[in-house]
Amino acid sequence: MAYTQILIAGFGGQGILFAGKVLAYKGLEEQKQISWLPSYGPEMRGGTANCSVIISDTPVGSPIVSNPDILIAMNLPSLDKYESAAVPGAKVFIDSFLIDRKVKRSDIEAFYIPATKIARDLGTPTLANMIILGKVIRETGAVSMEGLKEALSKTVSAKHRDLIELNMKAIEAGYGFSE
Amino acid sequence: MEKVLMKGNEAIAEAAIRAGCRHYFGYPITPQTEIAAYMSKRMPKIGGTFLQAESEISAINMVYGVASAGLRAMTSSSSPGVSLKQEGISYLAGCDLPALIVNVQRGGPGLGGIQPSQSDYFQATKGGGHGDYHLIVLAPASVQEMADLTVKAFDLADKYRMPAMLLADGTMGQMMEPVELPEAVEYKPEKPWAVTGTENKREHNIVNSLYLVPEQLEQKNIERYEKYRTVAENEAMCEEYMTEDADVCVVAFGIAARVSKNAITEARKQGIKAGLIRPITLWPFPKEAIRKAADKVKGFVSVELSMGQMIEDIRLAEDCKKPVSLCCRVGGMIPSPEEVLKAIKDMEGGKI
Repeated sequence: MAYTQILIAGFGGQGILFAGKVLAYKGLEEQKQISWLPSYGPEMRGGTANCSVIISDTPVGSPIVSNPDILIAMNLPSLDKYESAAVPGAKVFIDSFLIDRKVKRSDIEAFYIPATKIARDLGTPTLANMIILGKVIRETGAVSMEGLKEALSKTVSAKHRDLIELNMKAIEAGYGFSE
Repeated sequence: MEKVLMKGNEAIAEAAIRAGCRHYFGYPITPQTEIAAYMSKRMPKIGGTFLQAESEISAINMVYGVASAGLRAMTSSSSPGVSLKQEGISYLAGCDLPALIVNVQRGGPGLGGIQPSQSDYFQATKGGGHGDYHLIVLAPASVQEMADLTVKAFDLADKYRMPAMLLADGTMGQMMEPVELPEAVEYKPEKPWAVTGTENKREHNIVNSLYLVPEQLEQKNIERYEKYRTVAENEAMCEEYMTEDADVCVVAFGIAARVSKNAITEARKQGIKAGLIRPITLWPFPKEAIRKAADKVKGFVSVELSMGQMIEDIRLAEDCKKPVSLCCRVGGMIPSPEEVLKAIKDMEGGKI
């Protein structure tokens, strides 16, 4: 039975919580048990933000992810803080455009994606979160690509409906990216 | 019914509306402001009242007014704000009025912090304001329960004519989980005591907590405590998880219970028979379940986000038959499953 613990961390403004929500909604659509827990300190744009998501076949216990199976680090402080917390064998996704070091551990699998650069090149500089999410979906199968657009449309607020296509495009770009 | 993803705070607000609450009064404070935000959007669309009062004290007194008129009313806040409401809550209790108060707790005392806590347990379960009284106190441990227990709180408050409190914490308020929302009901109050206007057809009703004749006030208190006895006999609720053969019984509510379940799963993997009693009502406290467990277990571990408050009720319930240890983190910190597991192992090995 799968019990996948995901930790997404980065700066406020990078869409950390949003990326977590997309995973949560998609998991729900796939009839999985879900929890989504944001950090809610006095964060602001530029401060730190993180988000715990659990996608499971069995009821979710604690919603707090201390030892992730999947870690997404969108900035250096996040990698510094959480690399040691990841479980052995964890898959770690790194925005290599913003983080200029490799992982130090040899018992985790690291993926380096210049997500922020890819997003800029696509003309959607704020969607690095979706680029990296695409890669996560590709490499972990935590959720499936099929029907992802429906999950996105539930995540995006009504006044930003026009952004669904752009988000989808960014996810696909990340999904197709190879190092 | 379709499951939707919602924050705990939003689930409370939507469930309250579906339970027929049309009057919400509040004042913003982290980590519960989503309740007010949700109400501010929804209430005007359904002919309800959302009012951001000038203070927590005003908000609770507005609840007092609406409750006197027999309608379902609520307020919500977080720890420092709930302290401010205590005078009004005592008046609600002294007037035998049903109402819902939500406390999404944060660390204290004083202004404290904004991260999750359970350190208002004493305040919630032992009175909080002045005078002899109790609230019905419900402790949700999932977003589903944030919704379900909101409805339950309104129903119990009406049934026993007393205020009820939902005692949640920052994690429960902020997290999202799938939730199946309760059916919406058209609320028709049956409250012949309510002050709704006599239309010159009946004697006027009085809602008041002032009794200057001591014999009368004593009698009022005695009657109220008879009611509390009935509530205690009939309404205590808890979830038992793997207690059947347990050697160590963890007692925890809310987020602490969620963390404890992880620890119990791990303990079982390691061959330690651990179980959990999760109080769903904190008042009345599920004494009977604890008392029964005391005959079978080596000891209890109270897991709390406080310096040890519920632990006193556990000891009272089991009459100090078995040892009770405390596993706690405070100030917005949450015990890890590993910390709970260690406490379980220590109790199992007699190291307390």
